[in-house]
Amino acid sequence: MQELLQYLFSGITNGAIYAVIAVGFAVLFNATELINFAHGEFVMLGALGMVTLYSSLQLPLTLAFLLTTVGVSCVGFLFERFAIRTVKRPEPIVLVIITVGASIFLRGVGMLGWGKDAFSVDPFSTHPPFSIAGAHLLPQSLWILVIVLGAVVGLHLFFNRSLTGKAMLACAISRRAAWLVGIPTGRMVQLAFVLSAAMGAVAGIIIAPVTMCSYDMGTLLGLKGFCAAMLGGLGSLWGGVLGGFLLGVLEALGVGFLSSSLKDAIAFVLLLLILYVRPAGLLGARKVQRF
Amino acid sequence: MSATPSIRNRLFSVIAVVVGGLLFFCPVLLAADSFKVGGVFSITGPASFLGDPEKKSMEMVVDAINSAGGIDGRMLEAVIYDTEGDPQRAVNAVSKLINRDGVIAIIGPSLTPTTLAVKNLVESAKIPLISCAAGIQITQPVTPWVFKTAQSDVMAVATVYRHIQKSGLKTVGLLSVANAFGESGKQQLEEQAAAFGLQVVAAEKFGDKDSDMTAQLTKIRKAAPDAVVCWGTNPGPAVVAKNFGQLGLEMPLYQSHGVASPKFIELAGSAAEGIFLPTGKILVAGLLPADDPQKAVLTNFIEQFESRFQMPVSGFGGYAYDAMQILAKALVGTDGDTEKLRANLEQVTGHVGVSGVFNFSPQDHNGLGADAFVMVRIKNGTWELIQE
Repeated sequence: MQELLQYLFSGITNGAIYAVIAVGFAVLFNATELINFAHGEFVMLGALGMVTLYSSLQLPLTLAFLLTTVGVSCVGFLFERFAIRTVKRPEPIVLVIITVGASIFLRGVGMLGWGKDAFSVDPFSTHPPFSIAGAHLLPQSLWILVIVLGAVVGLHLFFNRSLTGKAMLACAISRRAAWLVGIPTGRMVQLAFVLSAAMGAVAGIIIAPVTMCSYDMGTLLGLKGFCAAMLGGLGSLWGGVLGGFLLGVLEALGVGFLSSSLKDAIAFVLLLLILYVRPAGLLGARKVQRF
Repeated sequence: MSATPSIRNRLFSVIAVVVGGLLFFCPVLLAADSFKVGGVFSITGPASFLGDPEKKSMEMVVDAINSAGGIDGRMLEAVIYDTEGDPQRAVNAVSKLINRDGVIAIIGPSLTPTTLAVKNLVESAKIPLISCAAGIQITQPVTPWVFKTAQSDVMAVATVYRHIQKSGLKTVGLLSVANAFGESGKQQLEEQAAAFGLQVVAAEKFGDKDSDMTAQLTKIRKAAPDAVVCWGTNPGPAVVAKNFGQLGLEMPLYQSHGVASPKFIELAGSAAEGIFLPTGKILVAGLLPADDPQKAVLTNFIEQFESRFQMPVSGFGGYAYDAMQILAKALVGTDGDTEKLRANLEQVTGHVGVSGVFNFSPQDHNGLGADAFVMVRIKNGTWELIQE
């Protein structure tokens, strides 16, 4: 029982991170039908941003958090402006390859900027781990959960309540129709990139204290987040969240009850299984219900 | 008149051939009176912490030998390529060194997988190679042309187990990284346990990019071992150290020599306190007793390296430093004959190096004994030598 609880804590923490990465994929996919393989690199930039602002410059947590998120969003904005929008014939395959190139580029930037070593970041609070029925829960795990849920609920409200959010949603459903009713679709796409990059940054910021941050940390996280997004249904906000938590918990349980050498295999076997049984993902059955 | 263009053409082609030939052969002609030694290290990429100091150390030794007049009056010339830690690139670099640069010996690669990838290549080309990687498979079984200077994980495991045994502990839980370093370490840990009267009660793995090892440690905690041994290279083991403390585990934690660098203490922070690990003597050179045979060599290496490169020394550079020194020793009197060089390498004994005292023989191409490692404990953010 104690073990099971510990596996769950570990799984939920990791799952929350996968979830917020998956949501980043979803936001972008919705507005552009594009899978951004550089998304993991936004996570890396978020984590390394915290290394500089929070660990080295000792800025207050909220300020470091905000500055990092804004900074990475700017990178997302520039990425869209200069790498995506300038493409003459934006066919999906071309754009996807551009994102792969961008991911390599950003990793190179990370390596030049922060060096090849790993860094550690202090937890947001120094409270000792909570002991619940013999299992230990880190204060940082609570931070992660709260921030992830906050971010997703915020996005949900944005898409369902605000005019801009609804306009973006309209773009997602039919870009041409949205354009016809006067929605500036280009700007919506740009906003999607910025929001998606911000989600990546948030994932990087909250994961920084639990792990070691280095320029090459983004690739695997990006892939896991992609798995989570596919699992839940690509383009579905809550699907991404569900997929993320499911993946995290299954991984932890797999380590606990099967074998720790299978940890990464679990994610990808699960992905294959889902694609075979339910190609649209768990929550992605009907296109109109993407948000 | 019709003959003129064809003569001109012929003239051009003759000139082209002569110039091309000169360009092609010139480097060889010019270099004929120096010894060309190849270096292949993972200078960039994830294992740059190994390859970068190795490259620097090799260059340092080459410069020192050249400024002292070279070997038998001939200068050394280092040709160094980057593998980025990739076996395929290592193969390309080594075949380039052999076929294009015509080196007489090669130092490196930095990693076990990259070394294993080029092993057959140097064997068939009959060029001596002194690897800087730790894996036992490199020199066991012994093949004629492959040597290595890094301590094997066999010795590191023996050092750890000896300490566990002396502490009166009986059972161990293993946690190793899922790459060549971890696999090789895990195999040794499992094989040698019985010889030290220890029982392995749990063996878990983690990926080298994993962000959280709580689940693995929870599983180990369930098996309740007397000690936990974690085998990996940064940054994974630092996460293990953190998670270990967060889960409130109380048994002693041992790490491998793979994390024996100040970077580990920096990454793990306060979670590093009390961790035991085996290390080459370089990390604790200042703490060694004055009668230690390696003390003078170590002090000299550290001073040279730190004054030249303005960066803290690591034990990894020592592998290339030793390799180059040993190679220089064996080169004397060979006139660049690789067969003689190989035979001489097997004769090098009593060479006091950075990683230990080397005694090569036809049966032992690593030449290090168990005294190459010492146990240290991390205390107050620094190393504390444990006297045997």
